[in-house]
Amino acid sequence: MHDKTLAELARGLAAGDFSSRELTSSLLERIKRIDPALNSFITVTDEQALKEADAADALRHKGEAGILSGLPLAYKDIFCTEGVRTSAGSKMLDNFIAPYNATVVEKLRHAGTVSLGKTNMDEFAMGSSNENSYYGPVKNPWNPKLVPGGSSGGSAAAVAAGLVPAALGTDTGGSIRQPAAFCGITGLKPTYGRVSRYGMIAYASSLDQAGPMARTAEDCAMLMNAMAGHDARDSTSVSRNVPDYTQGLNKPLNGLKIGLPVEYFGEGLAPEVETAVREAVRVYESLGAQVIEVSLPHTSMAIPAYYVIAPAEASANLSRYDGVRFGHRCKDPVDLEDLYKRTRAEGFGDEVKRRILIGTHTLSEGFFDAYYRKAQQIRRLIRQDFLDAFARVDVLMGPAAPTTAFELGAKADPVQMYLQDIYTIAINLAGIPGISVPAGLADNRPVGLQILGPHFGEAHLLNVAHVYQQATDWHQRRPEIKE
Amino acid sequence: MAIEHANVLRAAHLARLGVSDAQAERYVDDLSRILEMVDRLSEIDTEGVAPLSHPLDATQPLRADEAIEVDRRETFQSIAPATADGLYLVPRVVE
Amino acid sequence: MQWDVVIGLEVHVQLSTCSKIFSGASTAFGAEPNTQACGIDLGLPGTLPVLNESAVAMAVRFGLAINAEIPEYSVFERKNYFYPDLPKGYQTSQMAHPVVGRGEVDITLGDGTVKTVRIHHAHMEEDAGKSLHEDYSGMTGIDLNRAGTPLLEIVSEPDMHSAEEASAYIRAIHAIVTYLGISDGNMAEGSMRCDVNVSLRPKGQEKLGTRAEIKNVNSFRFVERAIAFEIERQREILEDGGVVIQETRLYNPDLDETRSMRTKEEANDYRYFPCPDLLPLMLDEAYIEHQRSLLPELPSEKRQRFVESLGLSTYDADVLTGSRPLAEYFEAVQQHCSDAKLAANWVQGDLLGRLNRDGLDITESPVSAEQLGGLLVRLVDDTINGKAAKQVFADLWECKGETADDIIESRGLKQVTDTGAIESLCDQVIADNPVQVTQYREATEDKRGKMIGFFVGQVMKASRGTANPPQVNAMLTEKLDALL
Repeated sequence: MHDKTLAELARGLAAGDFSSRELTSSLLERIKRIDPALNSFITVTDEQALKEADAADALRHKGEAGILSGLPLAYKDIFCTEGVRTSAGSKMLDNFIAPYNATVVEKLRHAGTVSLGKTNMDEFAMGSSNENSYYGPVKNPWNPKLVPGGSSGGSAAAVAAGLVPAALGTDTGGSIRQPAAFCGITGLKPTYGRVSRYGMIAYASSLDQAGPMARTAEDCAMLMNAMAGHDARDSTSVSRNVPDYTQGLNKPLNGLKIGLPVEYFGEGLAPEVETAVREAVRVYESLGAQVIEVSLPHTSMAIPAYYVIAPAEASANLSRYDGVRFGHRCKDPVDLEDLYKRTRAEGFGDEVKRRILIGTHTLSEGFFDAYYRKAQQIRRLIRQDFLDAFARVDVLMGPAAPTTAFELGAKADPVQMYLQDIYTIAINLAGIPGISVPAGLADNRPVGLQILGPHFGEAHLLNVAHVYQQATDWHQRRPEIKE
Repeated sequence: MAIEHANVLRAAHLARLGVSDAQAERYVDDLSRILEMVDRLSEIDTEGVAPLSHPLDATQPLRADEAIEVDRRETFQSIAPATADGLYLVPRVVE
Repeated sequence: MQWDVVIGLEVHVQLSTCSKIFSGASTAFGAEPNTQACGIDLGLPGTLPVLNESAVAMAVRFGLAINAEIPEYSVFERKNYFYPDLPKGYQTSQMAHPVVGRGEVDITLGDGTVKTVRIHHAHMEEDAGKSLHEDYSGMTGIDLNRAGTPLLEIVSEPDMHSAEEASAYIRAIHAIVTYLGISDGNMAEGSMRCDVNVSLRPKGQEKLGTRAEIKNVNSFRFVERAIAFEIERQREILEDGGVVIQETRLYNPDLDETRSMRTKEEANDYRYFPCPDLLPLMLDEAYIEHQRSLLPELPSEKRQRFVESLGLSTYDADVLTGSRPLAEYFEAVQQHCSDAKLAANWVQGDLLGRLNRDGLDITESPVSAEQLGGLLVRLVDDTINGKAAKQVFADLWECKGETADDIIESRGLKQVTDTGAIESLCDQVIADNPVQVTQYREATEDKRGKMIGFFVGQVMKASRGTANPPQVNAMLTEKLDALL
């Protein structure tokens, strides 16, 4: 059962081939067996999962089951789940039992899904390798020497290893798409504002967006149907009709105009990744698409702009972790300053501290205009690049990451690590949707094809990805897992 | 713009992060390289470009003025480090 | 040396919304600690702010009331600093783009002169919680019920030059916000708090001197006294050849002095930047015009009407428009008795006098405007005389009767206007006081005018106060003059 997609499992449940309890128990069993080596889960909620599975089975018995009823999921440990530890991968929140559910969690519960637990992640979603977790690194199921990518590394690894058919991730600069690429699964970052951020622990509020990570575009579409939509509790969520994302999945791609940004195929791109991506583009051509070259002239500015904006927002977002109302508190503080400084020094890891320091510095007096204001101006230029490109083409395609998964500990220098997000980060600055789909294996390491669309174009992206997955089998490749 | 030891200590203080002198030294190194990368922003002429704070040109929605929240003090304080008589406790604040 | 005092004020007004500025928690005053602090107010991870419509409407109405520009859009920013009563580690406030732009407020001084104070801007922000310093085993307790209460911070230009002007300004702001109904203006409960900036410069000098900021002054009287103290303190320093340090000071009402807040903190760096959880607030013309249509008559308009249409003095008009409930009380009395001056005299004299004596607010008056109006009607139509009116008022105050008419009836205070009855009383008094009659007859004409008072008094006494004094006066004069 662990090899099946959400859609297949949904059909199996509907046909009575197995119950949600059977499915859930078998996956919980598999997590117990396999995850100690992977470390993709921070918390497994066995009891609660079985209760939810029984409830879903009971509903089905009454004939009231919905399409997602009884389907198991896992949440990146950044989504607040009532009564369950929500750590954001940080020592700071190791003791934080969330007193409420995130809106997406609430919506997916309402749809009848069963939560198996909370997945590992880079601390506060800061990282591209999942090595920045208080709970230890996650291993890539394709090869335990490799990182799974980050920051949603636990979600990606768990899905790739068949521990759960789908998981939720968040993406601030590539944190869904890059680990999806590294682990050979499908991951969608929706348009900013499409999915509520309420209850999702904030890293950089104007960039963060939740999205589905699963085996196929179809599975992502099923989840998006439940996740997307306006939330009155999130001022930045958009009140715009949510289409049925599963409706147009099979629309033929005749005449589809694909743009290849020249900047996404330049220096720094590993040859094996380029080969796989270009091969994927040829598949699209064979499906009737037209390919043209386009330019996104400010691409090289995306990482610099991001490393001003994201740390600035993070420096304020993370001020609430002060040891007063929740979370870690240092022992026996002698005064207020000691309480703050020691609590935060003990509770946060190195990368989080670096970003807090960068953000605090760039916002401080005398530096604001040169850094923050400048970065926001460039953010507009980057968004304009995409708007101009989408005036000419329907989608953009390129690699999700410059390389395939690298080895644990390979990138000790933070700047080298930041460069991992060269192809993903601009998308968050512009707020557009992007999806990564498996498009090859190089040296038994998955390669991800990234497809980008205009704001609110995720239905079309899912269609473009799904048709490709009907024509190829990369998404069906599974890592060999030692059991 | 180079970042110096004093800048790091200042930022650490503003952010209330306990940083030892030795740690600060390492952060000077890390942060310098990050800022060197960030400094490339100055290559672009942004004269007359309006800063962009949000990716969508949306405006602030308004909430009806209704007191709908219930008292959940007990739950909230069950996860608090130190409380007494319904108050959160912190080391004595001197004004 | 002659010194020029320069004062600017930042007034924080709690807006009287039901719920907080960014959450649905109640803003009611006086609840058990932390029972009105929801997840958003506590800054729980993942929570997000959504702006309260009423807070915006109230801020806009204030702007319209002071003839300010209301910019098309405004922006919420984060003001970053750590303090235990500030749960998120930043205060959501406004900086570069406030909701209310430049405006002006007229203030009336004791001598009746009117002066205009310019308003630099007013912005919305969230209030912080409270630190309770009672000893919790050596710790400070934090109550976050107040955290997130909407505030309007009104920032004046440094246009005031004395404690009196500053005090008049705060009263004017208080009157405006209470007239608008956007705040209860209760300074004792902290609904209105002021930060006062004071500096001195040699007379004639253009450049402003170094200022001290006195934080969190919370009564009209304290504002005046804190400023008076601060002016003296700075004058002494400057005249001794010293320099004033730019710093934050606290006013201690018990010692009647300001003292430096000796914080170790170096100059703050609040690192303002646009709050990414909130979007630009756009206010279109239709919205602003709608808010304008909801404006009540404002104190300055009312004052002008009281002078021009009701014929009151500027002094009376100023006192009576001091607060909206007082002005409404007066207007109700005036409409009842149709005599504005009489109503003004009674409201300012007997009513405010007694309220003051008993420490009551106009809204707590035991005598309603209808009751006082009913009393004055009887004075105007000569049913009772002034003396009886005072007695009726005293009885109404002590709730000894439902209406003035009830009391007049039960106490038999109705004025005797029956000529026959008055005539017999006059005859009786003349007959009973032969000595005084003789003195009257022998007096010169100008002295007689005064001596008549004795006889009037005797007649009034005999009538137990119910005779009509002018009528008695006329009749006595006629009868005594006939004896000459």
